[in-house]
Amino acid sequence: MFEILANMLIYQGMGLDPLSPTGAALHFFVMDLAKIFALLVIVIYLMGLLRALLSPERVRRFVRGRPDWQARGFAVSLGAVTPFCSCSSVPLFIGFVEAGIPLGVTFSFLIASPMINEVAAVILVGILGWKLAALYVTAGLLVAWFGGLVMQAFRPERWVEDYVWKIHMGEADLPAPDRSFAGRHRYAVAEVKGIVGRIWKWVVLGIGVGALFHGFVPEQWVGEYLGGDAWYSVPAAVVLGIPLYSNATGVIPVAEAMLTKGVAVGTTLALMMSVAALSLPEMLILRKVIKWQALALFAAVLAVAFTLVGWGFNFLA
Amino acid sequence: MKNIKVLGSGCKNCETTANLIRIAAEQAGAEIELEKITDMAEIMGYGVMSTPGVVVDGKVVHAGGLPGPDLVRQWIAE
Repeated sequence: MFEILANMLIYQGMGLDPLSPTGAALHFFVMDLAKIFALLVIVIYLMGLLRALLSPERVRRFVRGRPDWQARGFAVSLGAVTPFCSCSSVPLFIGFVEAGIPLGVTFSFLIASPMINEVAAVILVGILGWKLAALYVTAGLLVAWFGGLVMQAFRPERWVEDYVWKIHMGEADLPAPDRSFAGRHRYAVAEVKGIVGRIWKWVVLGIGVGALFHGFVPEQWVGEYLGGDAWYSVPAAVVLGIPLYSNATGVIPVAEAMLTKGVAVGTTLALMMSVAALSLPEMLILRKVIKWQALALFAAVLAVAFTLVGWGFNFLA
Repeated sequence: MKNIKVLGSGCKNCETTANLIRIAAEQAGAEIELEKITDMAEIMGYGVMSTPGVVVDGKVVHAGGLPGPDLVRQWIAE
């Protein structure tokens, strides 16, 4: 359906040659733009209807007081299904610390949350197929689990800002969400507006980069440098992704363009994870609660983990 | 006079929420005292982790995301 739309608009409407770089790039742009935004609206709306339940306050209550491995399991899986805005990561961090949840578990949550969410997962299935979606989600869960464990081994407690330990959190009985259909519908519409309003720029940017890559980067060049034989392409992808930031959904069209041009799967996954999970703005926000040593360690642990994931998949492929 | 506090560390949604409340109060012709709480310790003290949160006369009535217009009118009318 989206393909027909893009064909009509670009090839027939504008008379561009499908084989020319501009034609190919514009076709990619229109098709992905229509497809991704349609999926975004539908998925977020449906999630909004079903959910209205998983607030950070609930996650905290869920995770606190459990044995380590259970807490980590919940933190990773709840992190994966809750798309938190990075602006709530500070209260979240403090709330977890105050509840006595181990820092390693909190880090697991902070890794899983931006990297995996159900919206990105559905769009991954729609754009790249379920196999790659499953690979990405599994790799993300593993990185979150072990990344938190490794952080714990470095005793990050010493790097938490002093004031964090002194905060005492009250117990508010939050108002029960409106569970009528009208209430759920209103919540879902607000979610669509809120989330699409927040991420649309990243998504359009990602589609633009993907389209340029698709249209203008020669396949031969890709095969030579990014085909998976060169060991350095994975760490290079991770390093490239650190200063670049985009939302998890925004990197999907870039990955799509890379894969169709023959970039190795592991290299692509490593770049996706690095772009989505390692971001400077997020780090600066977290700096309010932890010292820079912990942030540097956090970035290093993630960079190593993404590199290992990339190498692993390239090796298996 | 009703005291309404908006809890939030200065994110955009927090500003918008405060504005929604101010406008709704003006429209209803109700006198309210509107405060913005940006201190993290104080926000957490209310048991709120997802901002913006709204506190009406000391009671938390909302946490996380923009409140709907009906809800805002209800806080002012109560």
